[in-house]
Amino acid sequence: MAVRLQVEPFEPGALLSAFSAGRRETGAVVSFTGLARAGGGAVTTLTLEAYPGFTDVEIARIAQDAQARFSLDDVLVVHRIGVIAPGEAIVFVATAAAHRRAAFEAADQLMDYLKSRAPFWKKESGPDGARWIEPTARDLTDAARWD
Amino acid sequence: MTRVLLFGRLSDLAGWRMRELDPPPASLSALRARLAEADPALGEALAAAGVMAAVDRVLVRGDAALATGAEVAFMPPMSGG
Repeated sequence: MAVRLQVEPFEPGALLSAFSAGRRETGAVVSFTGLARAGGGAVTTLTLEAYPGFTDVEIARIAQDAQARFSLDDVLVVHRIGVIAPGEAIVFVATAAAHRRAAFEAADQLMDYLKSRAPFWKKESGPDGARWIEPTARDLTDAARWD
Repeated sequence: MTRVLLFGRLSDLAGWRMRELDPPPASLSALRARLAEADPALGEALAAAGVMAAVDRVLVRGDAALATGAEVAFMPPMSGG
């Protein structure tokens, strides 16, 4: 299991290749990549803030829970922090399991958690100024599905 | 000394991200009172629904005693991905 917070951009394909390599007992790998959207020109940058020493520990805890709950062979979470341009990847989650259902569900749960319960704060900046994004009602009910 | 950290919109509102308070407040409620006295708008924002507090990187509900050198973080609703 690995959790990484990083300022540098990442290449999702390279992460998926490395994550999938050398597995003899894993039958299923599922990955999700979240990209920054331009919002029809309303967003020129996205700024992600984290609390080092807290955010990474919280994500590792939920990744460990998912690994136990879905009997995963492995989990990888990579999340950008800092300033992100539209089109760049913000988050990458990969799960490995013996069978596909567990891998799909674990990736779904991890993303629901990251959207509304992981300690990140997200600001959109554009021609009309900047605003902090708070989780939507849908984000909250999505996360509650797994409680 | 107590280290106070603000995240997200709270730091924009206050105009600072980290501050060290000396003498240290004895409790989280005393810290809230001192911050509210200096900046009533911040005091109100810290008390709003959905704002969480962590002491030494552990989430705290309600009040808590603060040891000397404690790190207190105030966090508005979280949004990642």
